[in-house]
Amino acid sequence: MTALPEATHRKLGLVIDLDICVGCHACAVNCKEWNTGGYGAPLADIDAYGAEPEGTWLNRIHTFEVTPDTGPAQIVHFPKSCLHCEDAPCVTVCPTGASYKRAVDGIVLVNEDACMGCGLCAWACPYGARELDPLAGVMKKCTLCIDRIYNENLPEEDRVPACVRACPAGARHFGDIGDPDSEVSQLVSERGGYDLMPEQGTRPVNKYLPPRPRDRHERAPARLAALADPEAKGFLGWLDAALGALGRPG
Amino acid sequence: MHPAPSIIFFTVLTGLGLGMMTWLGLGLGPDGGAYPWVASALALALTGAGGVCSVGHLGRRENARLAFSQWRSSWLSREACLMLAAMAAFGLYAALWCFAGARFWGLGLIAAGLASGTIYATAMIYAQLRTVPRWRATPTAAMFLAAGLAGGLLGAGAAAGLTGAPAPAGWTALALLAAAGIAVWWQTEAAGARRGAQGSTMETATGLGFMGRVRLLEAPHTGSNYLLREMAYQVARRRAFELRRLGAVLGYLAPLALTLLALALGSWLMVIALIAHVAGMLALRWLFFAEAEHVQALYYGRR
Repeated sequence: MTALPEATHRKLGLVIDLDICVGCHACAVNCKEWNTGGYGAPLADIDAYGAEPEGTWLNRIHTFEVTPDTGPAQIVHFPKSCLHCEDAPCVTVCPTGASYKRAVDGIVLVNEDACMGCGLCAWACPYGARELDPLAGVMKKCTLCIDRIYNENLPEEDRVPACVRACPAGARHFGDIGDPDSEVSQLVSERGGYDLMPEQGTRPVNKYLPPRPRDRHERAPARLAALADPEAKGFLGWLDAALGALGRPG
Repeated sequence: MHPAPSIIFFTVLTGLGLGMMTWLGLGLGPDGGAYPWVASALALALTGAGGVCSVGHLGRRENARLAFSQWRSSWLSREACLMLAAMAAFGLYAALWCFAGARFWGLGLIAAGLASGTIYATAMIYAQLRTVPRWRATPTAAMFLAAGLAGGLLGAGAAAGLTGAPAPAGWTALALLAAAGIAVWWQTEAAGARRGAQGSTMETATGLGFMGRVRLLEAPHTGSNYLLREMAYQVARRRAFELRRLGAVLGYLAPLALTLLALALGSWLMVIALIAHVAGMLALRWLFFAEAEHVQALYYGRR
């Protein structure tokens, strides 16, 4: 049944630090690389080397410009994938029973053998986290790398989602958000982690950490170029002074 | 939202066929002659044709049979189950009516209930989606039911026109008038139900509203994708006004006028009225999808 579990034992999910993300897209690339092999249908690409390439991705990085009432605008890189909602509307609309949420860890998955590719779950999702694969005709979504996180054939440091493993800046954290003592829960409470579109009533598990306030200079330095003047010391300093003393001919 | 032709034809044709089943099941129409055959065949053919259209947009048709399994939680599954049950109940009712000349009112009542229930389930597939305020914050179920039932009465009248039987033209005209009124009501509500009506903005979508106004600087990808084609459909919205006028004239006003004329000139005019009604409803249903805005387009700074 595509009913939601009353409660899940754990709430595995991601905490994404918008203060740190540099927008390099490495998480999306590693996500695609890992999830196109291994289980289920591969993530198809159409016209991959042509003029209008496109394909199925489980993680996409938007870049926003945020303009305050006064002061300069700020750029925020914004990775977005399935938020593994507690009240996942994508699960209950599924007519075939292909979409489900695991009671054991809260991960939302698609059973591709039962999916008929009607696309209604993608309509029900406010976040754009589900994409219908153009070649396989089934719905693809983030699995939280379920084939990594429990995989004892991998070294322990690799038992995290591919996006978390790839992030060079440490902007992505994986853990049990249902456990108040977990590292991710601590991060969320320290930094004021928040939900996306709370008004949609989906109760997402994944949280976003807001960008920290940027430094604000009360006054701009009088002459910026002076800060860049090189200061020579030692032998080079003596040479600099000696050449200066010679002066220019004419 | 992307207006897939398969879904547009499905909702219009099955709505019409199921509306006919409802009225015929309630005992409408004469018993003798060719009428039972023509009316029953038309109702079943319209519903069946719509059903065939509905699998047109599926990615994996071989799994469509599983859509009958989740009726406890999914409106789409309920629709599939109800439609199959309605066709079975009405098929039996129609067979007894055509071959034995007997109308079992209990069976007819069940068929009518299942048929109108199917129209309601179809509407709820759209009305349940909080992500599309234009469907959720409007009387979508009333609009679908009114369109299906008025169209069904018109279909029953057209069957009478084809067989030379008298048609309930006066009642049909009243039903079309009522359905047109509900369509105007829906349209009025829809005009005020943009995405903001649910409170979703680019600021709530990103959670960055505390910092200032948000706009998309760079999309995640240079090309298009499934999300943009499906959820940020914008083609021909600027022609919406003209198309809506055409839909209103063909779908409601022309059938209304023809039905009133049929009172004087004979029920054959109801056949032309039905054809005009279907054409108009296809245009209006196209707009139902094409004009609907999905909140996830906010992440792309689109409507």
